[in-house]
Amino acid sequence: MSMANAIERFVPDGATVALGTALEPLIPFAAGHELIRQSRRDLELVGPISDALFDQLIGAGCVRQVTAAWVGNVSEGLGHCYRRAAEEGVPRSIAIHDHTNFSIALALWAAAWNAPYIPTRTLLGSDILNTNPHLERDGDVVRVHAVRPDVAIVHVQRCDEHGHAHAWGPLGITEEAGLAAGRVIISCEELAESAPLLKHPNRILFPETKVVAVVHAPGGAHPSPVQGYFNRDHAFFRDYAAASRTREGFEAWLKRWVLDVPDRSAYLARIDTEALRIRE
Amino acid sequence: MSDFTPQELMVAVASREIRDGDLVFVGMRLPILAYAVARNSHAPTARGLFEVGLMRDQPASGFLGTMGDPPNVAGALWATRMSNAMALMAQGEVDLGFIGGAEVDRFGNLNTSYVGDPKKPEVKLPGSGGGADIAILSRRWVTLMTHERRRLVEKVSFITSPGYGDGTPSWRKRNGLPGGGPVAIITTLAVLRFPDGGGEAYLDSVHPGHTVDEVRANTGWDLRLAEHVSETSAPSNAELAAIKRFDPDGFWTRTQS
Repeated sequence: MSMANAIERFVPDGATVALGTALEPLIPFAAGHELIRQSRRDLELVGPISDALFDQLIGAGCVRQVTAAWVGNVSEGLGHCYRRAAEEGVPRSIAIHDHTNFSIALALWAAAWNAPYIPTRTLLGSDILNTNPHLERDGDVVRVHAVRPDVAIVHVQRCDEHGHAHAWGPLGITEEAGLAAGRVIISCEELAESAPLLKHPNRILFPETKVVAVVHAPGGAHPSPVQGYFNRDHAFFRDYAAASRTREGFEAWLKRWVLDVPDRSAYLARIDTEALRIRE
Repeated sequence: MSDFTPQELMVAVASREIRDGDLVFVGMRLPILAYAVARNSHAPTARGLFEVGLMRDQPASGFLGTMGDPPNVAGALWATRMSNAMALMAQGEVDLGFIGGAEVDRFGNLNTSYVGDPKKPEVKLPGSGGGADIAILSRRWVTLMTHERRRLVEKVSFITSPGYGDGTPSWRKRNGLPGGGPVAIITTLAVLRFPDGGGEAYLDSVHPGHTVDEVRANTGWDLRLAEHVSETSAPSNAELAAIKRFDPDGFWTRTQS
């Protein structure tokens, strides 16, 4: 399935979408950029830390709420679009449900297990309890209420057409996001035969019953790294941070790298991906 | 002029906080280098735990822009989900954590969320990440920060990652926080420490080339002094060589403000 088709069919306006669940690696930028090109609106984004992708979606006006532990640019610092939205309502105001990395994982596990909440000791003493109504102190524990995405979008190294995916490297909150979500969209570096993947069934990331779309999108995580395939494009993150410092700079960046680009292969044609490729 | 940058000194000082055998929850930026320096000197059996979902012993052989970069996965002892790494910390197995902060106050509380009213913030900072988890659950922790009056403040407007709360005795225990709390604030000018059992930060050492008066002038509260404020030991040649090895282009220690 094409990325355009997958996004059109399975991510409606107003959806709650988990993205960037492996933290810094395997960020589904190709899918995120397609959300922007299709002008999705009123999304709730769910994630742990987000390295630039949430910032881009917020800047493009796709987002009504952020439910996450951290939104910025990991090697560069602040997320300038996130700041403009939270401080000035530009391009629109957003609601923010703060989490920690641990608590967003617990919120997704709660949804995955169909439990109303999970009690934990993290967050005790933090003012985050005062800003997120879904985190509730109860005596000497905190109840982390379930967060249930409508859809999780995940980039992996290999997947077959039925959704049997192998991902490696650190997984962050990928497994719980996929289990908690109503449905999963997978983009992959390699569209593989089923037999070699199913030879190692312990490594299959999600039950095939969750996966509604598999998109072959090599380079679909750029500029984030993909273990075994691509290193992180640090300069690209630095350039994005510099460009997005002003609203005008961000709009020019978005035009150049997203809006004027018909699809992922046209985007990749502008980048020296060979310089980033891992050769082992 | 000294022949090292403030960031190189901060990395060296931070590395000395790591004890041999520690399980270290390694944060982003300078702590990644501090872990590498410690492993190569006084803490050869320390282990690093990364919230992205990694455990390793040897530091990564290549430059890391983030903890999830491929060189940090190559040679790892464990690649897993984040909640597994958090599980060890929740069990009290993490000896030392590092947290970056935008603002810290006299009781070691960190703000990385909002400057001003959270409903209409003057500045929206990126958020907790794993910072609050480390502050609450690790056995002891250290923060690193640029030393400015607007960063070292009397009272943070928002506690993202709690230190010793309002500074009253046993604040952490009364509020149910399992971990031990902050032990040091390492800045571009000085090292602040906390009394055993927690409470208010005091000036322990001043970096070479700086003075107590300068530190106090750049601190947003009336900073207490140790009985004998010492000079912070400069980075050794071995420490500087290790920093150079793990940050060859000076991305973290030469070009960042």
